[in-house]
Amino acid sequence: MPFQPIKFYQAGSFVVGNRLLDPEQRSVQSDAGRSNTLTSGHRACQGCGEALGARYALDAAMRATNNRLIAANATGCLEVFSTPYPESSWQLPWMHSLFGNAPAVATGIAAALRVKGRHDVRVVGQAGDGGTVDIGLGCLSGMFERNDDVLFICYDNEAYMNTGVQRSGATPPAARTATTEAVGPEPGNRFGQGKNLPMIAMAHEIPYVATATVADLRDIEYKVERAMTFHGARYLHILVTCPLGWGCDSADTILVARLATQSGLFPVFEAEQGEITAVTKIRQRVPVEDYLKLQKRYAHLFGKSARPDVVALLQAQADRNIARFGLLENQPVGAA
Amino acid sequence: MLKQIEGSRAVAEAVALSRPEVICAYPISPQTHIVEALSTLVKSGQLAPCEFINVESEFAAMSVAIGASATGARSYTATASQGLLFMVEAIYNASGLGLPIVMTVANRAIGAPINIWNDHSDSMSQRDSGWIQLYAESNQEAVDMHIQAFRLAEELSVPVMVCMDGFILTHAVEQVDVPSQEQVDAFLPPFEPRQVLDPDDPVSIGAMVGPEAFMEVRYLAHVTQMQALDLIPEISRTFEGAFGRASGGLVRSYRTEDAETIVVALGSLLGTVKDTVDELRAEGERVGALGITTFRPWPSEEVRRALRGAKRILVVEKALAVGIGGVVSLDVRVALSGIDQAVHTVIAGLGGRPITTTSLHRLLRSAVAGELPETTFLDLDRGLVERELARRGAKRKSGPHAENLLRDLGAVAVGPV
Repeated sequence: MPFQPIKFYQAGSFVVGNRLLDPEQRSVQSDAGRSNTLTSGHRACQGCGEALGARYALDAAMRATNNRLIAANATGCLEVFSTPYPESSWQLPWMHSLFGNAPAVATGIAAALRVKGRHDVRVVGQAGDGGTVDIGLGCLSGMFERNDDVLFICYDNEAYMNTGVQRSGATPPAARTATTEAVGPEPGNRFGQGKNLPMIAMAHEIPYVATATVADLRDIEYKVERAMTFHGARYLHILVTCPLGWGCDSADTILVARLATQSGLFPVFEAEQGEITAVTKIRQRVPVEDYLKLQKRYAHLFGKSARPDVVALLQAQADRNIARFGLLENQPVGAA
Repeated sequence: MLKQIEGSRAVAEAVALSRPEVICAYPISPQTHIVEALSTLVKSGQLAPCEFINVESEFAAMSVAIGASATGARSYTATASQGLLFMVEAIYNASGLGLPIVMTVANRAIGAPINIWNDHSDSMSQRDSGWIQLYAESNQEAVDMHIQAFRLAEELSVPVMVCMDGFILTHAVEQVDVPSQEQVDAFLPPFEPRQVLDPDDPVSIGAMVGPEAFMEVRYLAHVTQMQALDLIPEISRTFEGAFGRASGGLVRSYRTEDAETIVVALGSLLGTVKDTVDELRAEGERVGALGITTFRPWPSEEVRRALRGAKRILVVEKALAVGIGGVVSLDVRVALSGIDQAVHTVIAGLGGRPITTTSLHRLLRSAVAGELPETTFLDLDRGLVERELARRGAKRKSGPHAENLLRDLGAVAVGPV
């Protein structure tokens, strides 16, 4: 009998293999009975991180709610690629109203369920980063502040991808977009701008805030399940690679997201009632170059007219995250 | 039950009697008293089950109503003026999705310059939004119209705006017959949505529709509003049978039988118009009035029938379509196409300027004498405007015009020159 070495980690990821786990610990996606909430046949790009993140998040939410779930969706890639009617990919009751109002629509759904005594049915709102941090922020903050019983998920691909890669309030500094081109003395998006929505959510002291990335899909499932144990406003911010907008290989969706976490540029953590309760430690720290070089949106920082000064500023940002969130082993949470 | 009651409070009671399940509220004058009263009714448990949600903007108010209505809850909100404009994107969305939300618009001017007083600029700006628009003449009619509005909206799956003049009606305390819960329950059946978000029967609502069906979806909205032209009078008749008074409907004529001159108006202005008609009738003039109760859908046939015998029509409008003149008069002209009549646009009462019987009397006299131009601005202070035009002609940096006009009036202190 040939020897089969046990692989604890799947290729390219740190996710422990399902077959080594107890059945109840196995991922939602590995369950043949999963709900396929965002089912196949939609029109997302090859390697779309948002489609991947949404599938994992919503299937986990469906399992956590025993399939008693309603979704309110903002305008954006997710809405467009999933629903040119009548070809809806959604296997749950799903509503799209406008770009900037998904949190308020979700509030309305939750209110209707409450008034009708349908306490078994839960509500999820979802949007991209534009629909969350920019045009939808007023409605989102209102939903947070009222502590409405909604899990809101932001699939953050760091720009307006649906309209052709324009800068959003979540676009990182130095990144090239169609409205922050790599021209002039400060190529790409400006430093000193942008907003950190997970921290803004925490400032509302809502029951649960978490970040995640498509590099750790089991973690997305865990955080959705965890979020569903709370009532009130909850926020999950998932970094989702966009091969089109970021200019990376569609085969590198997971890798790029992982390098975002391992460089320290995207901290992964959980917070309850405004306090950080858990941080995902960096396993193999990498310089930010490893993350940046895989993406054409940062191509102007390398090559002939390289900008090591700008790369150093991004590295400083990663270092600050590492210190602030205690992202290294043996570093306490919040050790700044 | 007859009560001496403020208009806003009476409307709040009528809304509560209609058993709304979700109310979203954002304050704006002159609407605020309505949601204040509803808030008290919900918080005290008198209106239950009902979720009262204090939202962070009018845009959110309409959006919460959209989510609630799509989940099968009877949903209500109220707004005015800038608030109505701030929710416009969601207003179109609600009608596009066919969600039977009822909203009170306490009519108020739109800035700039900012102005809290009454005219119809706000709701007129939404005439093409796909909402049914009803205009209340009195507080009694406002009460009755809200109860009818829920039935109308839900039967057709179309949102309905009940427009009532800000301050003139909302803040007027007068006698109103507020019906009993039993009466309203007998008239207004529970909400049975055509579409509902339900895990037991999952549907996608609000999907993208391309050129292959978009026109048909829009045309369907038009057909539905055309159906309202039959349903609105029917509901009004049923209401009259149940409650013993006529309210709502499409149009209402006053002394138009043999009238040579007919004044067309909407809302509370009709009271003043009718008084003026009585004065002129007493002086032997054959004048009458036509109230437009339903502005959207436009009751073209009824308007034509009511006006076709007259020689001249005066459309007195509390809104200005800048660059052309009237809003309602355009529709009146369409209704009267092919008939040889003089249709005059009279822009009046903008930003709360009082429309008095004296002014209306003078206006009608000049119309009867054949001296009225096609478009008139009632009681306009032309001198004030001429002075500002002269200033503009004299120098480039003439300054903020509204403030200049106020200074001319002595309403603000004269600063250093």
